[in-house]
Amino acid sequence: MPSERLFEEMAQAVIDGLPDIARDLAGEALRLGIDPLAAIDQGLKPGMDVVGEGFAKGELFIPDLMMSGEAMKTAIATLEPELMKRKQERKVLGKVVIGTVRGDIHEIGKTLVATMLAANGFEVHDLGVDVSPQQFLDKVRQVSANVVGLSALLTTTLLNQESVILTLKEAGLRDQVKVIVGGVPASPEWAEEIGADGYAENATEAVQVVKQLVGAA
Amino acid sequence: MRIPILERLATGDVLVADGATGTMLQAAGLPTGMPGEAWILQQPEEIMKLHRAYLEAGSQLILTSTFGGTRSRLCKAGLDGQVQEINRRAAELARQAAAEPSAGSRRGDVYVGGDIGPTGELMPPLGKLTYEDAVEVFAEQAHALAEGGVDCIYIETMSDLNEARAAVEGAQQACDLPVFCTFSFDTHGRTSMGVSPAQAAQTMAAMGVNAIGANCGHAPEEVLEFLPIMREAAPGIPLIAKPNAGIPRMVKRLVVYDAGPDRMAELAMRYVELGARIVGACCGSSPDHIAAIAVAIQE
Repeated sequence: MPSERLFEEMAQAVIDGLPDIARDLAGEALRLGIDPLAAIDQGLKPGMDVVGEGFAKGELFIPDLMMSGEAMKTAIATLEPELMKRKQERKVLGKVVIGTVRGDIHEIGKTLVATMLAANGFEVHDLGVDVSPQQFLDKVRQVSANVVGLSALLTTTLLNQESVILTLKEAGLRDQVKVIVGGVPASPEWAEEIGADGYAENATEAVQVVKQLVGAA
Repeated sequence: MRIPILERLATGDVLVADGATGTMLQAAGLPTGMPGEAWILQQPEEIMKLHRAYLEAGSQLILTSTFGGTRSRLCKAGLDGQVQEINRRAAELARQAAAEPSAGSRRGDVYVGGDIGPTGELMPPLGKLTYEDAVEVFAEQAHALAEGGVDCIYIETMSDLNEARAAVEGAQQACDLPVFCTFSFDTHGRTSMGVSPAQAAQTMAAMGVNAIGANCGHAPEEVLEFLPIMREAAPGIPLIAKPNAGIPRMVKRLVVYDAGPDRMAELAMRYVELGARIVGACCGSSPDHIAAIAVAIQE
């Protein structure tokens, strides 16, 4: 089938959150000799954009976002060997270290942001939950990250977002990264108060903000 | 001898529930990162103090400090070896507080709800907690709470419909007590997992849940929309409203929930008009909010 048709089907598989179908379509793309980067950028990514918008509007919810993210991830994994063979790389828009701050074990929102950033071309290092400032620092150094995402869902652990920023300052790394914060008690005012670079209310907004911060918007 | 809680609700009486626990315990010195459940064994007097504060404010249904008391959650704090002990003891503490002579018996019997919150785990296909394992985890908690003497099992802040079903099933398996269940509709009028108030109410009614409603969520005003929907989807089942004390806002570098006692009292009266028979508050609330709600409702 012509590649446009295949790209539409790939987008739809992502929109519908069907990893197996997305994987099969990726396999089909390989068989047809279609450029794997084109398959990602014109097939999978547009599907993810639709999902991101639906989520921001309140038409789609966490399960939808996660299944769509899984579909995209599965398809990309199928295309990966061909990408490597062609010595192609999906352009990495930035390197992100993300986690839920120390004392806080809420993870779903953070995981969604990680999923969406990865789907949008960022290299994401998800440290999980209850992450200390030192752990953030070590990872930033290790991968030369230029974005740090901090999640907190409790009014009390919110303060730990500032601890991370201070730790980065003390280590002389604050200028190397853009820091974005999120979570129910967070706000644009809070971000400003603690010297963060950005705030996002949901995963879709997070992608837009991070893209702007790294100059990829 | 207490009138059983369901009979009490059937008379048309409105019960004042309690308010936030986590932030109150933290204000009393609970270290950040330590779950409140740890204090059940380590500092029971602080748990009692909080129960007493709510009782004094007018609560007629207090919840055990076991929101994070499933094995799944306690495991993360290294307390999974004491799941049963913690839950049973928490129930005993609440029971003890409720039995004290000063415990607001001006307004009739005081009840204890065995609080059950989410596991924090996702279920397939998004996560690894199977339905069967979830039922077991909830049954374990419910059993211990029942042993400790609660009047009902109070499942709250549910977002995932399957998890809520597992919690109800676990509770019904573990004991004969009434089971209540409320959801947190915090995302465009649905839960974060996309469950609508109508879906929640229908599903819970079909399982024989004895009281249903909305807690936590986003703005407390939204509950005014949810109650009629749930009433229509599950007619005849007592409704519960236990919303946040507003939306979190920054005030001088502190996060404050922006609905004061008066606002919550005003909303409480409207919840009752819409059919709520249990009214309390959630995140950001304190005994002051409950006191205002209690006064408003009793008039």
